[in-house]
Amino acid sequence: MREINVSEITDVVTKLCIDANYYLPEDVRKALEGAMEKEESELGKEILGDILKNAEIARANQVPICQDTGLAVFFVELGQDVSVVGGDFNEAFDEGVRRGYEDGYLRKSTVDDPYLVRKNVGDNTPAIIHVKIVPGDKIKIIIAPKGGGSENMSALGMLTPSVGVKGIKKFVLENVEKAGSNPCPPIIIGIGVGGTIEKVTLLAKQALLRTLGEYNPNPEVAKLEKELLEEVNNLGIGPQGFGGRTTALAVHIETTPAHIASMPVAMNVQCHVARHKEAVI
Amino acid sequence: MLKIVNTPLTKEIVYTLKAGDRVLLNGVIYTGRDAAHKRLFEMIERGEKLPIDIKDQTIYYVGPCPAKPGQAIGSAGPTTSGRMDDYSPLLLDHGLRGMIGKGLRRKDVIDSMIVNDCVYFAAIGGAGALLAQAVKEAEVVAFEDLGPEAIYKLTVENFPVTVIIDNKGNDLYTIGKEIYQRKPE
Repeated sequence: MREINVSEITDVVTKLCIDANYYLPEDVRKALEGAMEKEESELGKEILGDILKNAEIARANQVPICQDTGLAVFFVELGQDVSVVGGDFNEAFDEGVRRGYEDGYLRKSTVDDPYLVRKNVGDNTPAIIHVKIVPGDKIKIIIAPKGGGSENMSALGMLTPSVGVKGIKKFVLENVEKAGSNPCPPIIIGIGVGGTIEKVTLLAKQALLRTLGEYNPNPEVAKLEKELLEEVNNLGIGPQGFGGRTTALAVHIETTPAHIASMPVAMNVQCHVARHKEAVI
Repeated sequence: MLKIVNTPLTKEIVYTLKAGDRVLLNGVIYTGRDAAHKRLFEMIERGEKLPIDIKDQTIYYVGPCPAKPGQAIGSAGPTTSGRMDDYSPLLLDHGLRGMIGKGLRRKDVIDSMIVNDCVYFAAIGGAGALLAQAVKEAEVVAFEDLGPEAIYKLTVENFPVTVIIDNKGNDLYTIGKEIYQRKPE
């Protein structure tokens, strides 16, 4: 067994919180540049230009790209030959979030008692942690801070198997159209199909972690991704909803086996500030 | 077209603004989002005096990041406006002239904007670092206990916004989409 002290986890988490919020991933920057070249709307082009400029300012001045620095969501791959020592695994993440959001001048956006008092917790905890146990003696931590505006436009559909591909398209297009300008387009659309209610929503979120420009390895699924992207962009919502040809930068679909009676579909909407960053201990 | 506008807004200024205009705002604007709106709304309903005079003022839906040393304000882009729809008509009836946010507004808000001669602007969602550079001064003036949701008085210089809905009810979100959509064959 390889021993990893919780203090090491906390240090890594602290840095991930700050770096993810200051530095826009390179694939997202490239996708925005590509969209700007193709955008037909002059106003849309200007908006995409401002979005790129914003990312440069954030990087140069080391400030958050967006003021909504999100809830701190983590995907963790925990090697089964790792022994976590020196304290509580979950608390190590919370402490990293606490420090990262304070030291990085990030906004604390968590409120407790969500339907009554809604009092700001003050340190952006708890971290939302999804752990998968994998072979090996390392811990891989991916942070994907998630803002409220785009998360609110996400949707779950417990569709019936008979609706097929047509039904999936209808579900996605209707929800993107309804969301309109709200989730800060251009957006990235993560879709999960199959599994159970909790599995499918997690898949949809994981789909957002895929590098932009990559497609699902299954050619049939990749085909649906391309078709849906074109149909979403044909809605005309455009950058910030001002009208244009770039409503989404990508559609990523992940599938998993489903129950014989079910075809759950989840759509997780991500704004253009598609933050994620990983580290391996 | 690009217009330079000074706050506080007046009806006369609002009459010159059309959906789709790009505008640089100069002067004082106030921040306020979910929790502050709820409080302002409840205070009006109870007949209490508001902590700020909203007549002809503009409220920016934003919860900024904490300022780093040397900054007036941390990153400060707009939040989704629709969550303020339950509160906005009453504020507009009480003199609020402008709103800055992002995203769709409900019909009753637009109707109230037409009746009261108000304007709804959007700032670029997700461009908080860029927008913060146009904020020269920031001071908490009410509800400090709400943290990032407190009401700040901001002094802005050439703060870039786009007119989404004007006082005639023209809506850029509808107009823009109609131009660029491709209907299935």
